[in-house]
This record gives sequence, C-alpha cells and structure tokens, in this order.
Amino acid sequence: MTVQELPGAAAYRPTPPPAWRPRTDPAPLLPDPEPFRVLGTGAELDRPLMLKLYAELVRGRRFNAQATALTKQGRLAVYPSSTGQEACEVAAALALEERDWLFPSYRDTLAAVARGLDPVQALTLLRGDWHTGYDPREHRIAPLCTPLATQLPHAVGLAHAARLKGDDVVALALVGDGGTSEGDFHEALNFAAVWQAPVVFLVQNNGFAISVPLAKQTAAPSLAHKAVGYGMPGRLVDGNDAPAVHQVLSEAIGRARRGGGPTLIEAVTYRMEAHTNADDATRYRGSAEVDAWREHDPIRLLEGELTARGLIDEDGIRAAAEAAETMAAALREQMNAEPALNPMDLFAEVYTAQSGQLREQAAQLRAELEAEAR
Amino acid sequence: MTTATDKKPATMAQALQRAMRDAMAEDPTVHVLGEDVGTLGGVFRVTDGLAKEFGEDRCTDTPLAEAGILGTAVGMAMYGLRPVVEMQFDAFAYPAFEQLISHVAKMRNRTRGAMAMPIVVRVPYGGGIGGVEHHSDSSEAYYMATPGLKVVTPATVEDAYGLLREAIADDDPVVFLEPKRLYWSKSDWSPEDPAPVEPIGRAVVRRPGSSATLLTYGPSLPVCLEAAEAAREEGWDLEVVDLRSLVPFDDETVCASVRRTGRAVVVHESAGFGGPGGEIAARVTERCFHHLEAPVLRVAGFDIPYPPPMLEKHHLPGVDRVLDAVARLQWEAEH
Ligand SMILES: Cc1ncc(C[n+]2csc(CCOP(=O)(O)OP(=O)(O)O)c2C)c(N)n1
Ligand SMILES: [Mg+2]
Repeated sequence: MTVQELPGAAAYRPTPPPAWRPRTDPAPLLPDPEPFRVLGTGAELDRPLMLKLYAELVRGRRFNAQATALTKQGRLAVYPSSTGQEACEVAAALALEERDWLFPSYRDTLAAVARGLDPVQALTLLRGDWHTGYDPREHRIAPLCTPLATQLPHAVGLAHAARLKGDDVVALALVGDGGTSEGDFHEALNFAAVWQAPVVFLVQNNGFAISVPLAKQTAAPSLAHKAVGYGMPGRLVDGNDAPAVHQVLSEAIGRARRGGGPTLIEAVTYRMEAHTNADDATRYRGSAEVDAWREHDPIRLLEGELTARGLIDEDGIRAAAEAAETMAAALREQMNAEPALNPMDLFAEVYTAQSGQLREQAAQLRAELEAEAR
Repeated sequence: MTTATDKKPATMAQALQRAMRDAMAEDPTVHVLGEDVGTLGGVFRVTDGLAKEFGEDRCTDTPLAEAGILGTAVGMAMYGLRPVVEMQFDAFAYPAFEQLISHVAKMRNRTRGAMAMPIVVRVPYGGGIGGVEHHSDSSEAYYMATPGLKVVTPATVEDAYGLLREAIADDDPVVFLEPKRLYWSKSDWSPEDPAPVEPIGRAVVRRPGSSATLLTYGPSLPVCLEAAEAAREEGWDLEVVDLRSLVPFDDETVCASVRRTGRAVVVHESAGFGGPGGEIAARVTERCFHHLEAPVLRVAGFDIPYPPPMLEKHHLPGVDRVLDAVARLQWEAEH
C-alpha cells in the first residue's frame, strides 16, 4: 500500500519547506583576488604619513636587529624577530587611536614599541625578569600573548564591552598564519561577527608556523576568505606595502568604530629571520626563497617609491637611520643594566590577598634567602 | 523567584539565581553569559528571569563555544566588567581550560597586579542525577591544581546565595562548583533576609562531634551528615566539616577540628587518586600528626571514568562507605 492509497491520503498535502536563501549575500564579503597595494600603483601619497611610516620602519628594523643581538649577548632569553614584517607591525600601531586597544602576540613587540611603549617594558617578557612589563590598561596594550590565538577572544570581549558602555573604542588583534588553525581563532571570529563587535583581526601570513608552511595549515583559498564563513568582510593586503596595510587597517578600524562590525585582514608577508634566535630555518627552507623576498622588502619598497616621487631625499634617509641608531644605542645601554629582581615578588599578586598557604611558602623562601646571604 | 510574600522553601537553584539577580541589580558591571542562559534561563533554570529583568546585554545567550565564552569574558573583565560565566555541565567546561589556566588564573600575577580577573565561572558538577556520560564529572581537582584560581562549592541553600555573592564581589577569579544533585534541595532560607555567611576561604563545622572528623564539601555534605546520624548507634560522635572553599584552603578550621577529635576521613565524589582528598590528608597529617590516633582515610569515587547512570550508585560514596572508613580508624588501640 502506498501513501496515496491510505485512507484520508487525498487530504494530505506536504507543506513545502520555506524557500532557502543565504542569510546574507556573501559576495561583498569576499576579498579581492589580488593583495591590495598602494606602492607602485600611482596612488596619491600623504607625505607626513609616509615619512612617519618610513621612519618607524627603519627604527623597527634596527630594533629587531638590536634585540636579536641582545639574545646573543645573553641579555634576552629569546627574541622572535619581525624583520621583514615591519610594515604590518608599524601600520598596526599607527592606525590605532589613543583610546583603542592592541592585542599583540609574542612576535609583536615592535607593534607595542611603535605604539609608544617603553622598549624595556615591552621586552620584559623576553628578557625574563617578569611576564608583562607594563600596565596593559595604561597603554591599552594587552600582554604579549604566547598561547596561539588565545588573545583573539579577549579582543572581542573587550570590544564588545566597550560598545555596551557606549565608548567608540576599537580592538585590533594580531595573529599569525599558524594561529588561524587554532580553535580560538574560529571562536573569536564567530563571536565577533555574531556580536558585531568593533574588532579588527590582522593575520600576518609570514609563510610559516615555525617550520610548517601554510599549505600544511589550511586548504582555504586564502586566509582572508575565512571571513566569509563568519559573515564578515575579508581583506587581502600586501603586508610589505606599508601604506597599503595602513590604509586597509584604517578602513577596517573606521568601519568598526562606526558600528559596521569586525573585519578579517590577511597581510601577505614573509619572516626573513628564523622563528626565533633558537630556531634553525635552514632545516625547512632554502635561501633562494628568502632572497626572492629580499626584493620585496618593506623598507626598500617604500624608500624606492618615496625617493622616486621626490618625497624623501638623502638627508631624510640619513636622518631616519641616525634616529634608529640612537634608539639602538639607548636600548643597548638600558638592557645591559641588570634588571632589579626580588624573589619575594613570586608570591605577590597571585591573589588579591595572600593566602595562608602562600604566606607559609613566602616565609620559607625568605628564610632560604637569608641563609644564603649569611 | 522567591519573594517576601511567597514563603515556600527555596531551592539551591533559586538561591543561586537570586544571588546573581541581586548582584546584577546592585552592580551594573555584572554580566551573565553562557549557553541557553537567556531566554531559557539555563538548562537548570539557575539564570531564570535574568535576561527578562536586565536585558540580553546583561544576560547573554552566547554562541556555543566554551573557550569563546570564557575568552570573551577575559576581554570584558579587561574593560572593567565582572562577568559571571555559566558552563552548562562539568565535562563541557573542558574546552575552556586553556583560557582558564593560561589567562584567567595568571592575569593578575603576570601583570604584577595591574589587571585583575574578577570572573566567576559557574560549573554544575558531580553525579547522582542519573545523567548519561559527560554529565556527572567531579572536576574540582583540575581547578585546585591551578594557582591563581579560587575554587568554592556550596552545600547548603544559604551558602549557595552567600558564596555566590562573595564570588561575584571577589576581585580574583572564582570557579564556582554547583553540586547538581543539590540544585533542588530546599531550605526555609528567604532571599529577603539572607543569613550572614562565612567568607570565601573559611570552612564551617556543620555538626559538632568528638570522636572523628568528616571533612567534606558540596554533594557529599548531606551524605556525611546522614552518616554522622547513623554513627551515633555505633557510639561514634562525628564532627562534620563543610570545607566550602577548596582554594584557599582553611587549614585552621580543619586542623582545629582534627586536633580535637584525633581522627579524620575525607569524603568526596571526585576520583581518589590525584584527587582533593590526597592533598587534604597530606595537609592534615603534616600539621596534626601528633594529634592523630589513626591515618587520615579517604572515601572517594573510584578511579574510573564516571559510570553510566544505572551503575552510579556503586560509585558514589554513600553512608555505608563512610561508616566503613570510620570503623577503620583504629579504635581498638583506645581500649
Ligand atoms: C597553543 C599553542 N601551541 C603551540 C605553541 C608553540 N608555538 C609558538 S609559535 C608557533 C608557530 C606559530 O606560527 P604563526 O601563528 O604563523 O605565527 P608566527 O610565529 O609565524 O608569527 C608555535 C607552534 C604555542 N605558542 N601555543
Ligand atoms: Mg607564521
């Protein structure tokens, strides 16, 4: 017996499911097919901004070189260099307003310094005399974050809280290409889009997660394409074109500030140095690849264009280099001083008030120190 | 919600709801977030009515992602809010561990006190409700092993209200473990007239006694009180201490009791090996050795994955198992 033959079947009419349509049109969310560029396109350049970007790039590269040298002298425990990625670091710092928040990863010391943070405070984590060397609220820079992508939901929560309070504050969160595989990347982007939080995610795709190339990390058309799945726009930018990164970031930050919601930006760049001073990059990549990227160096690109357009001259270039040397000399001097260490700090600020347990342990350490001193 | 005119006994779930409600009314920075906490009022109805009274921005149904919930709560706390996060069940809090351990617990210390994390993570925990797998874990040992977290658990309706108010007001992160099987326990407690409660960090003697001390918390408190009643027939007058706060731990109250009675049994549902009882027994032994008439014993859940509901009664420490332990406290030596 078929359904049609059942008694009463004539009256049965299945209700058709409601017509399906996408909840939002995905087309406007798609990234451009090519990374966005400013340099070499003939686009108009804002000279004061260009000179500022240039000076910060040069200073940033010198900072990276100095910090790496400090690891060799035992003055830093480790340094993950952002050499080659200075355009992203610097543009991130300059695109933010004073009231905005930056959520850096371990590789983004430079972004914090370019934002005005004291270099010694910024390097505290990597020197190893404490974890975070500054008051995050005072500088609106979250602690440099090591567990991959875990800073992203913090940025979303902070941006959400600011919006609930009626403050037009934007959070900018930095993450690497490898970090996009983490669950927290997914959760943060999803929360951000659902809450329409004023947050911008900048992925610095530098080609590697330690030794693992992007091809082993994702099968997505690009990292920027991932935005579409969350319902936010994805933007692709040449991460070595400082004015381009600055422009794309500024647009996304402005959009977030106006209540337009989050944006995911993929900046295509390259890590010129090893993962950290402790890494040996020759085990997983050849020098030809690195040399090819040298041609597309962020400082070289900007300097070339500014020179060609007559926006900077020899004197300007020399002045930037000298300012960078002065910064490096000051940093060397500061970092050559032994940090003040107080072992009793170990028990401070574990809780608001010290528990009896920690008081006992602090007393034990104090006694050990006193015995040592005798 | 219980009101002044409505004198019927309140349940623990209602007391918890009332604690959040009162905290939200007093302090606009208190926000509740979690899965199904808004329109539904939570799967245990502990957030019932909060979204209606305070709006969805204050009591928010989040996307279904525990790390995301706790991770965004961290960001909210950075901006000055006091988030109260609900984890739907003990075993479903595990995806949030990285945020809890690497950020929530450490933030104050790693920023030298500049950034506190006044977050409460509410976790319904423990078995005895006939839940199928992943709904009955006792996860307290994981939290206790993480410096920077406070870990508390109420065992009475009064304490549910008082301890949760304390937890929300606390500038440190608090993992607030709610004994599921006591959600529907009742008392004449009235929200209009909340009795004063001991602060976080204090244990409370729930039943004074002289022969031995039962050290317990959360879902095992009623078991121990029942065991203490039954023990009278055997001639034992048992003291029952409700620990309330596993971190910080109240050595003072615990040791005062054990020194008085000379014998102690730790009782909890959580697995014994690597469980809270080992730490507690060690602390008591280190501090009260010369007062002890017998080794400190543990009555705990077996060292097995939480059993299926039809077998859980064999796993959960019950009155008989507690009394058996008490019987093994070397009474012969006295006579
Ligand atoms: C959760 C977590 N897993 C593993 C690591 C160890 N680790 C540190 S950096 C890194 C690679 C990250 O690559 P990517 O996100 O591309 O950032 P990049 O270092 O290139 O800036 C790994 C695996 C970590 N820090 N956190
Ligand atoms: Mg990378």
